[in-house]
Amino acid sequence: MAEKLRFRDPNLAKRVAEKIHEVAPKEGTVKICHVCGTHEWTITHFGIRSLLPENVEVIAGPGCPVCVTPASEVDEAVQLALKGVIVTCFGDVLRVPGSKMSLLDAKAEGANIRIVYGVSDAVKMAKNEADKDFTFFAVGFETTAPSTAVEILGKPSENLSFLVSHRLIPPAMKMLVEMEDLNLNGFIAPGHVSTIIGLKPYEIFPKNYGMPTVVVGFEPLDVLFGVYMILKQLKKGKPRLENEYTRAVRREGNTKAQELMQKVFGVVDGNWRGLCTIPSSKFMLDEEYAAYDAHLKHNVKVEHGVDIQKGCRCHLVIIGKIKPTECPLFMEACTPQKPVGACMVSIEGTCRIWAKTINRLENKQPDFDLNSPKP
Amino acid sequence: MCLAIPAKIVSIKEDKAKVDFGEGVLREVNVTLVKARVGDYVLVHAGYAIQVLDEKEALETLRLWSEILEAEQK
Repeated sequence: MAEKLRFRDPNLAKRVAEKIHEVAPKEGTVKICHVCGTHEWTITHFGIRSLLPENVEVIAGPGCPVCVTPASEVDEAVQLALKGVIVTCFGDVLRVPGSKMSLLDAKAEGANIRIVYGVSDAVKMAKNEADKDFTFFAVGFETTAPSTAVEILGKPSENLSFLVSHRLIPPAMKMLVEMEDLNLNGFIAPGHVSTIIGLKPYEIFPKNYGMPTVVVGFEPLDVLFGVYMILKQLKKGKPRLENEYTRAVRREGNTKAQELMQKVFGVVDGNWRGLCTIPSSKFMLDEEYAAYDAHLKHNVKVEHGVDIQKGCRCHLVIIGKIKPTECPLFMEACTPQKPVGACMVSIEGTCRIWAKTINRLENKQPDFDLNSPKP
Repeated sequence: MCLAIPAKIVSIKEDKAKVDFGEGVLREVNVTLVKARVGDYVLVHAGYAIQVLDEKEALETLRLWSEILEAEQK
């Protein structure tokens, strides 16, 4: 247990922070990008940015699956729900804005929306209520997609369909690195996505783009060491791919999960909320499983939606171009209780994480964490 | 949403395992995606174990960190 606790050892953290200051360049700036909501939570919650030199910036990329799900796909789920199909989804999907309404708004209008812990709950519900139509709104990155694949391969009952919205992280990283005005110097690659996909998909970043890339775990010391490893690579001028999270990430990843995903899904271009169409960045059901495709089964397809509401800056927050506090709506018109943009909805959204931390640090308002018990 | 929580496997029956998230919080999870044994720690995401945690690697990481800090302090 003592060894385990050392992943949060403040003395060790202080010493790594000193090393970071030693190895960081004395001139110019370094911009490191992570692409995982859980990394943003660790960084913000533990105040890691305050330990870094002023010229080393860590920005949050599009690492929150709920935040990047386009309004058109939320609109499809809403349409299904209003048609009388029971929509099952993860809790943080419920309040994501669609073009006109969220699933929560649809629920308020009488639609049957059920929150599930995982896809297997949806499978069980459909089996137990065979006279009703169910859809599972399958949002999530490579970490989540294998569970959808397993359940589909298990041939769930025919009254269950899937609205597949799974997206892939490496193509989004490629988009970020190719954005010239973002000027990135290194990637913190997402630990949990990497437990599934392994290291290979990241090889292009150091090789083709000269971008130091380190797969990093989620304890504060993991992140600090990840930053240190990137800065050391930059200092040596030898960008490469490293794995800091060796206790969970194997070079080959989870090959069984990869195999199952390959069986069930094909890869297509995907729209990411507020960004653009990213080539080969989305899963869709393979033809063999078309009977489970909610689009085909219920004849629902929305091509375009309203991704960004008036005044919202989610499209800039999601790629780290601005901080949440630079959005005029942040904690004014857009709050965790009444989110305007998708980044304020999920506990993995950058705005939501910043809102909660600002609240905690400044103690301006009572805790608004919807999950915490009322006093 | 990519949050994954470590849990210790208490028992396994076919593709389901009972896991302990600590402090007595037990839950059934699906272990189809991993080769895990009773006593192993797994990362659980949305009801599925997605990877087995390697205790040796965890200790090795801690050892390496200390080594790096000590070596570079000299």
